[in-house]
Amino acid sequence: MTAVLRLFGEAPWSARLGIVLITLYVVVAVFAPLLAPYGERAIVGYEYEPWSEAHLLGTDNLGRDMLSRLIYGARNTVGIAFATTVLAFLLGGAMGLVAATLGGWTDQALSRLVDVLMAIPQLIFALLILTIVGTSVVSLILVIAVLDSTRVYRLSRAVAMNIVVMDFVEAAKLRGEGLWWIIRYEILPNAMPPLVAEFGLRFCYVFLFISALSFLGLGIQPPTADWGSMVRENATLISFGDITPLLPAACIAVLTIAVNFVVDWFLMKTSGLKE
Amino acid sequence: MSERPVLLEMKGLRIEARVGETWSEIVHGIDLTLHKGEVMGLIGESGAGKSTIGLAAMGFARDGCRLSGGEISFAGIDLMRASEREKRRLRGARIAYVAQSAAAAFNPAHRLIDQFCEAPLEHGLAGRRETEAYAEELFTRLRLPEPDTIGFRYPHQVSGGQLQRAMTAMAMSCRPDLIVFDEPTTALDVTTQIEVLAAIRDVVEQFDTAALYITHDLAVVAQMADTIMVLRHGDMVELGETRQLLAQPKEGYTRDLLQVRSFRKPTMAEASRETPLVELQGVSAAYGPVKVLDKVSFALHRQRTVAVVGESGSGKSTAARVITGLLPPTEGRVMAKGEPLPPDYRKRTKDQLRQIQMIYQMPDTALNPRQSIRQVIGRPAAFYLGLSGKRLEERIRELIRLIELDPDDYVDRLPTELSGGQKQRICIARALAAEPELIICDEVTSALDQLVAEEILELLQRLQDELGLAYMFITHDIGTVRAIADEVVVMLQGQVVEQGPKNTMFTPPHHAYTEKLLASVPEMDPDWLTNLLAERPKMV
Repeated sequence: MTAVLRLFGEAPWSARLGIVLITLYVVVAVFAPLLAPYGERAIVGYEYEPWSEAHLLGTDNLGRDMLSRLIYGARNTVGIAFATTVLAFLLGGAMGLVAATLGGWTDQALSRLVDVLMAIPQLIFALLILTIVGTSVVSLILVIAVLDSTRVYRLSRAVAMNIVVMDFVEAAKLRGEGLWWIIRYEILPNAMPPLVAEFGLRFCYVFLFISALSFLGLGIQPPTADWGSMVRENATLISFGDITPLLPAACIAVLTIAVNFVVDWFLMKTSGLKE
Repeated sequence: MSERPVLLEMKGLRIEARVGETWSEIVHGIDLTLHKGEVMGLIGESGAGKSTIGLAAMGFARDGCRLSGGEISFAGIDLMRASEREKRRLRGARIAYVAQSAAAAFNPAHRLIDQFCEAPLEHGLAGRRETEAYAEELFTRLRLPEPDTIGFRYPHQVSGGQLQRAMTAMAMSCRPDLIVFDEPTTALDVTTQIEVLAAIRDVVEQFDTAALYITHDLAVVAQMADTIMVLRHGDMVELGETRQLLAQPKEGYTRDLLQVRSFRKPTMAEASRETPLVELQGVSAAYGPVKVLDKVSFALHRQRTVAVVGESGSGKSTAARVITGLLPPTEGRVMAKGEPLPPDYRKRTKDQLRQIQMIYQMPDTALNPRQSIRQVIGRPAAFYLGLSGKRLEERIRELIRLIELDPDDYVDRLPTELSGGQKQRICIARALAAEPELIICDEVTSALDQLVAEEILELLQRLQDELGLAYMFITHDIGTVRAIADEVVVMLQGQVVEQGPKNTMFTPPHHAYTEKLLASVPEMDPDWLTNLLAERPKMV
């Protein structure tokens, strides 16, 4: 614990701010039912009520409490984005490391498959598949994870390629070590810093992507609270000069920036770069 | 020499480098006086501060370094206080710099002549046509082939030795008063090095240019310099006129440097007639369509060292890759104790793999930076010999003691916390952990300072005597061969041109190529290069 605190103390202000903000989001997401004044789906007033004592941020197009929806939205949007990113990394990272280590036909086959997937614009591809398989949370996570794993694959393969040519990997191969051992003990520890940094960035992309899909109506389905669809549902208010519909967008933006602050710091720390 | 006017003077020069947030001094008050037309050699191990001082002569400090004290004056100009503009006017025009790796110093996207002309045109010293004519003259003097057209080639179209000479020509382009040579021949083969040395010495003499010649090789600097300054850890150890310093070194450290390569393995009896441990039989190998080995045969015996020598590209490392099974041969076979070894390492048994271990040239890339010494050394012992728990820990400690390090101090360190020589020792321990019969040493000392390299050779020799190991020693350094080999295999363009016991190899008559290779090794004698050039007046 003291080590964590010391690390936090050494971090620059931007990273500290990022860490505080991310912690805040996580707390809100975990304790949403305790923090929210009303239920996620409860209709508690008239449509589009202005900010008031009872409804701090007013109500939405169906008369649901905006603040409560924002709080529940953290849970849904962030949770799904996190699950998707983890899945994308397990899939793409593993494939990339295997491709780089084995080389030859395995590498060719996997790389060309990934090229084909990447050749189709991501958003259109996702819309297409989601229209076919239907929009459940599970299919949403799987589809985005597969699409995003192609990007992770390319990065992890490129990073691993540079490590595979090192003499210590050759020494391990000549020792007779198996594929799993070489990947787990020789390559992965050295590939970790760029992959972790990419995890932060990828998380933001996935997050924005889900919000974009929700805005288009193919993401997280109503009545589940989600920041992307909340923007769409209340978009009409913008023409009346009300900033309420922009609040979910602001939540997205702040989290994205916070994650990037932390990622930048981590990259700098592990690569030994100075500012 | 000393009655000539002073060109460069440093007084109490101090340079600091940044480590994390604090500055620490790496050069502690150096006094240096260089007269016009004088060549001074700066010599020392890595970390001695010689390159840093060389750059300081141009009023320059690398990123993360700063000139923190003392005075530098060049031809009456105070470089410590001169503005960036004034210094820029000097650099290239009156002071030039030749880097260790010409390949990295040239811009690959421009022709040599364009890069040659850059400085004179920039400084407004001459017109384009005039400069090109001067380039041709310099290329001729530096004995570059086709001096009238070579400038119109791109850097990748000329060889490494030619590029290094072109870089020297570029440094001369503005007829500077001072050139700083930073290890200009270290990356070259011995046979190429000699051409570059001769060329540099000629032009420096002809144009009466002063030079700071930085190197770690005393034999090289003996050929080039009028005076030699010996540096260690940022301090001056000794300064003297070349012949004087070589003949009567005052300091112990200088004597150590001079005695480097004095290590000699005692001569062994003739090779035993027993079945060789490993034998190459008519092996040919190729990378795709490029044939790199052509019917190579030689044998490795227990408790004996075979040195494989040759220039880069001669196929000596490829021979090692064939033995280890990384590159299956296209023809011929590898025998182990009379039995053919599977050509591909993936087809070999664990025990076959265990018997042949490898030590690499670059200890930095040969050790996984994320594994502690315990893991690095422990893995082969656990993997091959099934050791675990207490027995494994004891074996690890025993191995660390065997390579003359303290187990308590080193077992939990990461490779990044070790010096180059210590890393190489760990690599040796890793190879030993497998309890092999043959260790292939691929240029294991060429990335190390000479004194450290000497210690590694002594360690390897002691281990051979104690454990009866066979070594295949790949090197381009004849000094190493003399020190450690029992038998020598000379390779040229993928073929074995000569092989036999060391003593017969070093006594004439030689194969023409062996002769050239032997003659090209610099000796401490300051007249060595002069005599050699006199003997071979038509050197290409």
